[in-house]
Amino acid sequence: MRTFWGVRQGYIQSVTNRASEVDTASRDISSPTGGRRAIVQIQGVSKLFEDSAAVNNLSLDIYEGEFFSLLGPSGCGKTTTLRMLGGFEEPTTGRILLGGKDVTYLAPYHRDVNTVFQSYALFPHLNIFENVAFGLRRRHVSKDDVARRVSEILEIVDLPGFEKRRASQLSGGQQQRVALARALINEPTLLLLDEPMSALDAKLRHQMQIELKRIQTQVGITFLYVTHDQEEAMTMSDRLAVMRHGVIEGIGSPKDIYDSPTTEFVATFLGASNLLAGEVASSDATTTVVRVAGGTTVSLPTERLPKGLDGTSVKVGVRPEKISIVPSTSDVGARNTLRGRVLVSTFTGVGNQYIVELANDTRITVYAQNIGSDVAPRSGEEAILAWPVEHTFAVVPMEGASRDAESES
Amino acid sequence: MSLSAADIRAQRTKRRHLGRLILPTYSWLVIAYLVFPIIIMIIFSFNQIHSGMQVVSFAWSGFTFQWYHQWNNLPGLTASFWLSIRLGVVSTIIATVLGTLLAIALVRYRPPQFRGKAIVEQVLFTNIAAPEIVMGASLLGVFVTYNIARGFLTLVLAHVMFSVAYVTVTVRARLAGFDRSLEEAAYDLGAKPLSTFRLVTLPLIMPGVLAGALMAFALSIDDYVTSNFVSGSISPFPVYIFGATRVGTPPQVFVFGTVIFLVGIGMAMASLVLAKKE
Repeated sequence: MRTFWGVRQGYIQSVTNRASEVDTASRDISSPTGGRRAIVQIQGVSKLFEDSAAVNNLSLDIYEGEFFSLLGPSGCGKTTTLRMLGGFEEPTTGRILLGGKDVTYLAPYHRDVNTVFQSYALFPHLNIFENVAFGLRRRHVSKDDVARRVSEILEIVDLPGFEKRRASQLSGGQQQRVALARALINEPTLLLLDEPMSALDAKLRHQMQIELKRIQTQVGITFLYVTHDQEEAMTMSDRLAVMRHGVIEGIGSPKDIYDSPTTEFVATFLGASNLLAGEVASSDATTTVVRVAGGTTVSLPTERLPKGLDGTSVKVGVRPEKISIVPSTSDVGARNTLRGRVLVSTFTGVGNQYIVELANDTRITVYAQNIGSDVAPRSGEEAILAWPVEHTFAVVPMEGASRDAESES
Repeated sequence: MSLSAADIRAQRTKRRHLGRLILPTYSWLVIAYLVFPIIIMIIFSFNQIHSGMQVVSFAWSGFTFQWYHQWNNLPGLTASFWLSIRLGVVSTIIATVLGTLLAIALVRYRPPQFRGKAIVEQVLFTNIAAPEIVMGASLLGVFVTYNIARGFLTLVLAHVMFSVAYVTVTVRARLAGFDRSLEEAAYDLGAKPLSTFRLVTLPLIMPGVLAGALMAFALSIDDYVTSNFVSGSISPFPVYIFGATRVGTPPQVFVFGTVIFLVGIGMAMASLVLAKKE
């Protein structure tokens, strides 16, 4: 394995190291799953399809009772990972443990995992009752128990009295809840959800996100949720992993990953980021100063420097909503500042979005909440941008990363 | 020379009325062309026969139910009818099972798991396209060469042979739109492969399987050419009729024809009503 992937090995290693560090930190400090037992252990799993790796030496622990999301653009290997957990694909190398038991090569009907499929895959020739009861019937649960548990679970997914209907008579959102009920009724160790909301319209999707989180909390089953929608992943997950090219690029709680992205890809895929290429000018125990194009310096906490950094080239980043537009440099204090000219100013109701062009043609997006702040520059006006040092992060510049994020998402 | 808007509108309305007439008229003409021989058959199954020889004449000589009363008063006719029914049922069951499995294999597998898939497809096509007379003659050659007694067994073999390809084609069309994730969902919920086939796959492709079976039965029940080669001393219905009509058509043939036609219509209606209910 190591020699086979020799070329990319160094890169993979650095990412996995970094990922596991973030992982440890989040488990001990901020994660609600701290100290819990790993219910799913993916150990060095790779999956090759005709010599190209869909999943590349992936290692990942998922803890009991958590809502975990795999997030990434199409083709990043998230669905392949889910299918290997479900038993629909066999890993080329590596092991998968479920509740401590090796299930790597176990058939789907022999593992304690259930799936909500992207297309829902409700049986069209059976009514809702028989769809939901399908799993219990395979395990020869008594008739009375089946009836009781089906009506219980339909209650939980808010579809009471739908037993006699056909799947084709239900709306997309209702079908999705039936698919969820059909999987949950078996009380699996792990529930897999394969982009279940992709067929729903935006409003319904938002409702279902809240609903899904409520159901997960109520039943207490471990959820593995696969999606390309970063907002969806952040809204529901206890922890999430961002995948790209079959590799995990960042893992942790939504807040950790959003506030301290570890790679350029994560910074641009998960939310919007302003990234400025620069060189580390000076660095001490607490603060690192980076000189960006145009001679300006930007400071950030030293602990935010990426671990795999070699040389002095970095990209410093700041999220659009962390930046404020200030009237003059006099009251900036210890904040980072940049000077530019407003190109576009858009009113979005809840706020204003500005695109500000710096002297060297770099464009910075600023998002200001609509809370009646007095500085609201119009297009063409000069603006001074300021943000706190602690909201600055840095990533290793990676060739092609930002382009990938745009074209694949 | 400019037309007012009202004029244009009047013209278009006229043209639209004409358009509404042409296609329905044409359709009815085609249908009339198709059912004409059947209507003639039904009418003359009620015709009286005055001559000594009991064969149908196409001159109207009075209405009678006589031939319906004497429907089995023709030596061998009933026996050959029941032979055809038995032959149809047996060959349909065998052809449907074989054809369905073949269709699944063709849809689900490709080389390298399924070596020679292209050859199988080619043989299926040839099977449908080959003239029946060629198949019948070569089958007879095979049976004679290997000294296999012609009779019910050889008839079944021949009928399965020419209907299996039709079943495969029909079932395959149904399978083409089959969502494989339904089977994965069944596995996921604990159903083993055989249960999955029984509980999910088969019920969902059943319309295709039934359509294929119906086609196999229809092919079997009115096959003359191949049957004539391989039937030996027994005569399925079409072979019998062909022999009987050499001297003139006995009126009972029209009676059977009428009844079979009505049963067919009834079945088509029933399936239509059932489909609407779904």
